[in-house]
Amino acid sequence: MKQNGFLGLLFNALFLAFIAAPLVVVIAVSFTDKGFISLPFDGASLRWFRAILANDQMVDAFWLSVRLALVAATVGVALALPAALAIARYRFPGRAALTGFFLSPMMIPAVVLGIAFLRFLSLLGLGGSFWALCATHVIIVLPYALRLALSSAIGLDRDAERAALSCGASRFTAFRRVVLPMIRTGVAGGWVLAFIQSFDELTMTIFVATPGTTTLPVAMYNQIAQTIDPLVASVSTVLIVGTIVLMLVLDRMVGLDRVLIGETR
Amino acid sequence: MATLDPERAGAAPWLLSAPALLLFGSLLLVPLLLTLVLSFHVFSDSQGTLATYTLRNYLEVITDPYYGAIFARTAGMAFTVTFLCILLGVPETIVLARMKRPWQSICLLVVLGPLLISVVVRTLGWQILLGNNGVLNNALQALHITSEPIRLVFTMTGVVIALTHVLVPFMVMSVWATLQKLDPQVEWAGRSMGASPFRVFRRVVLPQILPGVLSGSIIVFALSASAFATPALIGGRRLKVVATAAYDEFLGTLNWPLGATIAVLLLIANVAIVLGCSRLAERRFKHIFD
Repeated sequence: MKQNGFLGLLFNALFLAFIAAPLVVVIAVSFTDKGFISLPFDGASLRWFRAILANDQMVDAFWLSVRLALVAATVGVALALPAALAIARYRFPGRAALTGFFLSPMMIPAVVLGIAFLRFLSLLGLGGSFWALCATHVIIVLPYALRLALSSAIGLDRDAERAALSCGASRFTAFRRVVLPMIRTGVAGGWVLAFIQSFDELTMTIFVATPGTTTLPVAMYNQIAQTIDPLVASVSTVLIVGTIVLMLVLDRMVGLDRVLIGETR
Repeated sequence: MATLDPERAGAAPWLLSAPALLLFGSLLLVPLLLTLVLSFHVFSDSQGTLATYTLRNYLEVITDPYYGAIFARTAGMAFTVTFLCILLGVPETIVLARMKRPWQSICLLVVLGPLLISVVVRTLGWQILLGNNGVLNNALQALHITSEPIRLVFTMTGVVIALTHVLVPFMVMSVWATLQKLDPQVEWAGRSMGASPFRVFRRVVLPQILPGVLSGSIIVFALSASAFATPALIGGRRLKVVATAAYDEFLGTLNWPLGATIAVLLLIANVAIVLGCSRLAERRFKHIFD
């Protein structure tokens, strides 16, 4: 394709600055030594990073989010994988509808999901249950896991599996020893993406979260809604750095463009 | 011996998807239906939600100008954000596509990466940037461009700027996906036949990326129409949109039936716009999708 002219490169630079600016600013203000947000500031310190560890609310919320995301991603992948195999390898009536149904949580506004889950859980008397929260997150993350599992299962060469079967392997052995290794990266990438989606989820969770099940995004939202102090900035910085690390892992594993855009490779 | 005959699927696909189907049936379909039922319930200030049925909630939301203003504001916000995402996202994607590796991969990572960072964090960044004493206003005053801070926090302008930032990666993603299928030879062909670069863009490139722009617009519009965190934090209490209004009904005034009504209407509007535009796009661009 053609080369970029000067204007194109200038536009690109401005666009990247626009994209990066809010994140850079959050990281910058988190190193202040003042008790309030100011930029530029005189003295840099790690004071607000130490303050995170002293804040039980944030620490508890962080660990709750980690446990929640671990459960949601694992269960989500465990349920999405067989469904993806069914959709990828069989032609059956209702196949398109089934796929649409499994992907539908991506299309339903998170507010609507939050309201629906809140109503459901309160009718069952399950408000404030950690496992109920996990179940709602499985619904949210399953489409992401399914999409990645599908994209690696659809183009699969089935001769290797046929060979294994004709050599006397059982269906399960053929799956475990032949199919699974071939789709491993898609499944693992789906797990990481599901983990991030669950860990970051705010809008649905804010409806079902109770004081006992406050996730990190909800705790941060509640804090920011009242006042912006450098503490939320330092927590955000930790999150940004953590996400960048996970992002590089994802990029190495399956390629970030494939995770986000779909089958371009 | 087991075979892999795709013709005789039988019960296998349903058995494989049964666990996920069971979960989605009980934990997605049932709650959504319960919300629909809830939206027809009666709410009384003294007794809360009553198990009698009425259409009053829908009449109230549709006829009360208070809710009319909220729906109109949300639609205006979603249209502006979608327009800005096209204006910024499409040229950026074209520039990205013309880049060489490794710069292309690096820039794509910077543009798409924020999608994986919590929306709370990104919104916090804009609050710091846009505040009356924020980075942007301090810079403008230091450069003597303005003498007084421009009010951006708690204004629609601020919400639109932040929301555009949050959602523009979706536009880039969508246009990028169509650009990947585009054959660069066609562009050269246009040039070698003597067409100007502008003419090649308008007659050759643009028609081919239009489906991507359209599907990107659908995603951006749907997500901005139902956005919660950014309008809530940057718009504040008074600048309500549909999602924050539903939130306030549920957790503020505790009028659950009315909140459920707003949610049902939001879902219907969203599904109608998404499906309507997708149908339109499929018919209009059938020759490209095939």
